[in-house]
Amino acid sequence: MKIERKPLTLWERLYLPAIISGMMLTFSHLFRKKVTLRYPEEKPEMPPGYRGQPVLVKDDEGRVKCVACQLCEFVCPPRAIRIKPMAYPENAKYKKVEKTPEEFEIDMIRCIFCGYCEEVCPERAIFLRGPYSVTGLSRKDMVFNKEKLLELGGTLPDPIKKWRKK
Amino acid sequence: MPDNLTTPTPAAEMVNATINGIKVQAPKGANIIEAGERVGVFVPHYCYHKKLAISGICRMCLVEVGGPMRGPDDKPVLNPDGTPKIAMAPRLSIGCNTPVTEGMVIVTNSPAVKQAQNAVMEFFLINHPLDCPICDQAGECKLQEYSVEFGKDASRFREEKVHKPKQVDLGPRVMLDDERCILCSRCIRFMRDVAKDDCLGFVNRGSHTTLACWPGKKLAGNYSLNTVDLCPVGALTDKDFRFKMRVWFLKETKSICTSCATGCNTVIWSRENVVYRQTPRENDAVNQCWMCDAGRHNYKHINAASRLKKALVSGKEMGYADALKQLGPKLKAALADRASVAFVGSGRATNEELYLFSILAKGGVSDCVPRTWDGDNFLVNADRNPNGAGAKIFGVAAQPMGSKLTVIADGIKAGRIKTLIVHQEDVNRRGIGADLLAKLSLLVVVDFRPTETTKAAHFVLPGVTYAEKRGTFTNANGRVQRVWPAVSLGGEERSDWEIFRDLLRETGQPDRFGDIAALFADMAANVKPFAGLSLEKIGGGGVQISVT
Repeated sequence: MKIERKPLTLWERLYLPAIISGMMLTFSHLFRKKVTLRYPEEKPEMPPGYRGQPVLVKDDEGRVKCVACQLCEFVCPPRAIRIKPMAYPENAKYKKVEKTPEEFEIDMIRCIFCGYCEEVCPERAIFLRGPYSVTGLSRKDMVFNKEKLLELGGTLPDPIKKWRKK
Repeated sequence: MPDNLTTPTPAAEMVNATINGIKVQAPKGANIIEAGERVGVFVPHYCYHKKLAISGICRMCLVEVGGPMRGPDDKPVLNPDGTPKIAMAPRLSIGCNTPVTEGMVIVTNSPAVKQAQNAVMEFFLINHPLDCPICDQAGECKLQEYSVEFGKDASRFREEKVHKPKQVDLGPRVMLDDERCILCSRCIRFMRDVAKDDCLGFVNRGSHTTLACWPGKKLAGNYSLNTVDLCPVGALTDKDFRFKMRVWFLKETKSICTSCATGCNTVIWSRENVVYRQTPRENDAVNQCWMCDAGRHNYKHINAASRLKKALVSGKEMGYADALKQLGPKLKAALADRASVAFVGSGRATNEELYLFSILAKGGVSDCVPRTWDGDNFLVNADRNPNGAGAKIFGVAAQPMGSKLTVIADGIKAGRIKTLIVHQEDVNRRGIGADLLAKLSLLVVVDFRPTETTKAAHFVLPGVTYAEKRGTFTNANGRVQRVWPAVSLGGEERSDWEIFRDLLRETGQPDRFGDIAALFADMAANVKPFAGLSLEKIGGGGVQISVT
C-alpha cells in the first residue's frame, strides 16, 4: 500500500511556531508540582494494598498470629521461608493456642514477592505490606528473623477471634 | 508365637460377588471393605481396621447391598433370561460388618450411598474444632481426606460447637485432644485386644462423649503409641513428635527397627537429613502393623550432635583416606601374627558388615557383646542385638555370645593380645577397661559415636547408624530384612561395610566387594544360609532363612 504524504502547509513550513509552542509546554512544567522525590531522604507513600515484602503481624491483643502451621513454608516457590515450630510453654498466656513459631525466617534474597504465603495463610498472620526497600550489607543481613518480621508488620486488628473460644 | 501375632489363615472357600458391576472373588467371611480392596473399589471407613475387632460405629462405610431373590418356595427367583433376580436391601448396610456372600451385589457409588457418606461426614464435622493449622495429623488426616472426597464444601452448622477437653495428658507419651476425636474406638480396641492392656474407654453421653483412661490407669504401656498410628484423626498425638514437623515435609524411607532381635519393619520419616519419627510398616510375618514405644523412640542417636564425622588418629581429627593410609601398614603388620589379634564385632551390625568382619577376623579370637533386656510375649525380644543371629551365622560371636570377652581381657592383661579391633561396641563397659586398652599396641575402633573406647583408640574410623546405610539384618526368627539410607550427615563418615572393605584391601585381601550388591552376591556364594539370595529378592518384606 502506498501512503499519501500531504505536503506541509505554509504555517508548518514557517518552523518557528512549532518550536515556540513546544518550548511553552516544556517551560510550563517548571511551574507545576514536582513529581520526583529526593530518594532516599524522601520516601514515597505507598497506596493502600501495595504488595511489598512479606511481614508477620500481631493481633490487637499483641498475640503473634502465626501458629507455625508451615503452609507458607510449603507453598513458597523459592523456598525462602524457614519455620521452627514450638509448643507454647506451660502457663503461657496463649497456652490454648498450643503452637507458635520459635523461629520464623524469610530469606529476602530468595523471596520473589509472589504473595502465595499471604494467600495460603489460614491464620491471616503473614501479609505483603508497605516495606518495599529491602536492603542489607550481607547475605546474612537479608535473612529476616521473627522479631524483624513482626516489627515490620506491626499490628493488624482482626474481628475474628478464632482462638478465644478454644 | 503368641496368639496375637498369628495371622489368620485365608479360608480356602471363595465366594463370588459383584461390586459396582465388577466381579470379585473373596474368601468366605471377608467383609465388603476387604472384597472391594481386591478389585480396587475403595470404601471409606474410620473405625474399621483389618487387624482389629469390628465395631461398626463410624457409619462411614455404608453401601448398598443386595442378593439373589428367593421365592416363597425357597427357590431362587430367576429373570426371564435365566439369571438370578437380585433384590436390593431397602436400606444401606455397613461394609465393615457385612460378610460377602455368594451372589451378593454391592453398590458403592449410587446416589443413596453418596448422600449417606455426605451426611456422615457432616455429622463428624459438626463439633470438629477445625484446628488443622496446629494439628499434627494435618496432611495424613482421614477427616481431611474424606471431607474433600465425600463431604460438603461448607458447613451448615451455625450453632455453638460443643467444647471438650483439649491437651489431655493420657499417658507419658500420648496426648489427647477430645474435640478432634471422632469416637471410632480403634485405640480402645487396640489396647484391649492387641496390647492386652485394657485402659481406655468412652465416658459421658451423646455429643459430650469423650475418650478417657479407666480410673487409676494411664495409657502407659509399651505399645501406647500404636494408638497414635491407628487414630484416623488428630485426637491422639505422639508427645515426642508433637509440633516438631509437618508430615508433608517428611521423606519416607523403609527401614528396620534395630532395638531388639524382632526386627519390626518401620518407616523412617526424615527431612533434610534429620530424622523426626519412626512408624511401623506392615509385615504380617514380623510385626503386623505395630511396634513398641521403646523402639519407635530409639532414633535420637542418629542426629546426636556428638556423632563422629571424621576419623580420629590418636585422638586427632583426620580425613578418612589419610587415616586409612596410616592405619593400613600397621594393621597389616599386626595381622601377620593372628594369635596376637582380638576382634570384638557387633550384634548391631548388618549381615554384610559381619561377613566382612568375619573375613578380617579369621584366625583371631573374636566375640560380640551380648545385650539382653526383659522381653515380652509380643514384639519385644529378650535379645537386644538386632542381628545376634547374623553374628552367630558368620561366627563372629562366640558360643555362647560374650563368653570369649573375658578371654580377650585376660589375653590383653597377659600381653598375649596386642591388637584389638572393635566394631560399634564400648568394650570399656564390657570388662575391657581403660587400663587394659592402654596396654594395647594397636586399637582400631569403627563406631558412629564417641565412647570411652574410641577415646582410648589409636585409630577411630567413623561409621554410620542403621538409618544411613544399605544392608540386611537377620532377626531372631531368621528373617533377613533390608535397611535403606534415610539420612546422611555429610561428613567423612562411611558405611561400616565400606570401612571393612577398605581395611581388607589395605591388608592385602583381593578387592572384590565393589558395591553392596557385589558384596551380598559374594556373601550368598560363600555363606550357606544366604545361598541363592539377593538384595532384590529380599525386597521390602524380607526373606526367611534357616539359621539352625
